[in-house]
Amino acid sequence: MDSTILTTVIMLGVLAATLAVVLYIVALKFKVAEDERIGETENILPGANCGGCGYTGCRAFAEALVKADDISAMFCPVGGNTTMTKVAEYLGKKVEKKESEIAVVRCAGSCKNRPRVNEFDGAVSCAVMAATYSGDTDCSYGCLGKGDCVAVCNFGAIYINGETMLPEVDEDKCTTCGACVKACPKLIIELRKKGPKSRRIYVSCVNKDKGAIARKACKTACIGCAACRKACAFESILIENFLAYIEPDKCRLCRKCVEVCPTGSIIELNFPPRKPKIEVQEQKKDNINSDITTN
Amino acid sequence: MIKTFKRGGVHPPENKISQKAALERIVPEGIIRIFISQHIGAPAECIVNKGDKVKVGQLIAKANGFVSANVHSSVSGTVLGIENVADYQGIKKTAICIQVEGDEWEESIDRSPEINRDLSKTSEEILAKITEAGLVGLGGATFPTHVKLAVPKGKTVKAIIINGAECEPYLTSDHRVMLEKGEELLIGVQLLKKAVNVNKAYIGIETNKQDAIDKLTKLSVNYNGIEIVSLKPKYPQGGEKQLIKSITGLEVPDRALPVETGCIVANICTTFAVYEAVQKNKPLFENSITITGKNLKVQKNFIVRVGTPLSKLIEAIGGIPENTGKIISGGPMMGRAISNMDAPTLKGSGAVLFITGDEAKRGIKSNCIRCSKCVAACPMGLQPFLLYRLAELNMLEELKENSVHACIECGCCLYTCPANLPLVDYIRLGKTRAMKLVVKPK
Repeated sequence: MDSTILTTVIMLGVLAATLAVVLYIVALKFKVAEDERIGETENILPGANCGGCGYTGCRAFAEALVKADDISAMFCPVGGNTTMTKVAEYLGKKVEKKESEIAVVRCAGSCKNRPRVNEFDGAVSCAVMAATYSGDTDCSYGCLGKGDCVAVCNFGAIYINGETMLPEVDEDKCTTCGACVKACPKLIIELRKKGPKSRRIYVSCVNKDKGAIARKACKTACIGCAACRKACAFESILIENFLAYIEPDKCRLCRKCVEVCPTGSIIELNFPPRKPKIEVQEQKKDNINSDITTN
Repeated sequence: MIKTFKRGGVHPPENKISQKAALERIVPEGIIRIFISQHIGAPAECIVNKGDKVKVGQLIAKANGFVSANVHSSVSGTVLGIENVADYQGIKKTAICIQVEGDEWEESIDRSPEINRDLSKTSEEILAKITEAGLVGLGGATFPTHVKLAVPKGKTVKAIIINGAECEPYLTSDHRVMLEKGEELLIGVQLLKKAVNVNKAYIGIETNKQDAIDKLTKLSVNYNGIEIVSLKPKYPQGGEKQLIKSITGLEVPDRALPVETGCIVANICTTFAVYEAVQKNKPLFENSITITGKNLKVQKNFIVRVGTPLSKLIEAIGGIPENTGKIISGGPMMGRAISNMDAPTLKGSGAVLFITGDEAKRGIKSNCIRCSKCVAACPMGLQPFLLYRLAELNMLEELKENSVHACIECGCCLYTCPANLPLVDYIRLGKTRAMKLVVKPK
């Protein structure tokens, strides 16, 4: 009995040692020389593997960064400017600073604003619903609320608000990887400039119907009345197909458009509460000045 | 011997409650809206302007290319304009809106009730008339008929198969056409035979329509080379590939057209439309629509002008019953729910079906237990449970490898699934994605 165990141990031991030597030799002989910088660059990257950079993962992005001569067009949305500066320093290449962005849901058609006219009984998926019909409200452009954007987000940064049944973005968690933008069959989600102190203004509607039809379907629809364009001093508002769009590069965050919008489809975020009318003027001037300086 | 196809298929309760209702006409009035795309292929090109006067049967949109079909006015009146109109599913499409004024027909259309038995026209003449009349397959797919009849070079056609299976539960419009327009139908079959130069035609009818089988068998004595085939009721027997299998025993190869087996399949209503187009010079501007449902007081089979608002049909049956849960365009298996009741009818609309509230609800979804009922039910020999999962995960390459393109979306898998999984919903999505047919809005 004892001798059986002993023989087994010796035989397996010898076998293991021989194979180890063989493997060692093979490993030496067929060693693939890999650029060390790829591994190092990958360590600098956040390791989210979200694909927001346009590559299949952090490893692929690191390879591309090492290979490319000019990396100014490449950007890691999760790590942002800090990560990209570090990468550039390590690789000795140049990057441009990019303004931080955030995902914005351009639909304010909550259950209150946009009454449901039928009930969808199929698979719980915006993609299936969009392929089936125009949606459970009279607005054929708005959010379907089945949460395809929530399902694809790797960071838990988007969730459906139980009261409005619309997706909302958690500013602290959103990395602007763009997964939700791609998943939305109605193209409602947009990556926009985060803005100074996270202050931003956008049109929260994508309805391209004529004003009367849009308004009938949803109380907060953009009706294309152009009041905002008239009020805007910086020509930052475009109106096409009865739908306004605020160009983030031109907008100076004066909030005049928000005041004049008859349906309340223009939304301002993270601004301090407005003060009584007379003081508002001064306050706004201050805002503009401070914004310019921070820019 | 009663024939049928072997692989897969289900037999849901037939519920053909409207089969006794004779065809009735609906008088057009008010505003009629006619889509310029009522077929598979390129949309037709509008050739009328706002303010133009049109007659019944006048060409208002011209076929744009080979795979396209002419569209004719179904009423006489004034063109109000070309607008974006929401269809059954609320999706907006270009349509020509016409204000109805009187009922003045094009003079070339033969409106006499006599049956025209003249079969002297040549193959080219018949095909030209079919193209001219804007005929499309009325079985549901609305594929332009002249394209279907254009036999690819190097292929030979041996037989025409007429699809009188009407395997979907509830639907009865084909049944009524067979009973009421039997003779015209057989002349239509002869014309189709002549158009593609064959001597043989089969009309496949399920045995749940015995009166139609008897009638057509009696009539077909006078016509050469038409055989009426009794089929065992089974869904989806009306599918092109299944019908060919049932009648001839031949299998349409993967990724090939049915013409590969030497057969061309046409629907009953299409065949009747061929008769009208060739013998009566009448373009396709009206079709038969079944209005049925267990909760309706009256069951109807209407002949409706294309572009009539659905609400008008519903008015004719006395409004929507209170306990309606879902209204479907087409049959309960393949039809699609209607969300816009003001939508105009199309060339291919075959039925409007009312389902009661309790029946309309889907069962509660649970997990797949790998019982393989869906695999047994699939008439195309696919693995629906696998395709479903792959589509859910958006694995397009794997979907292609598992032949998602072969799915005919018949819904047999969903019908048998004990876990109530939304199989077809996802497979259809995966299929369109894998075949790159999904177009995102601009």
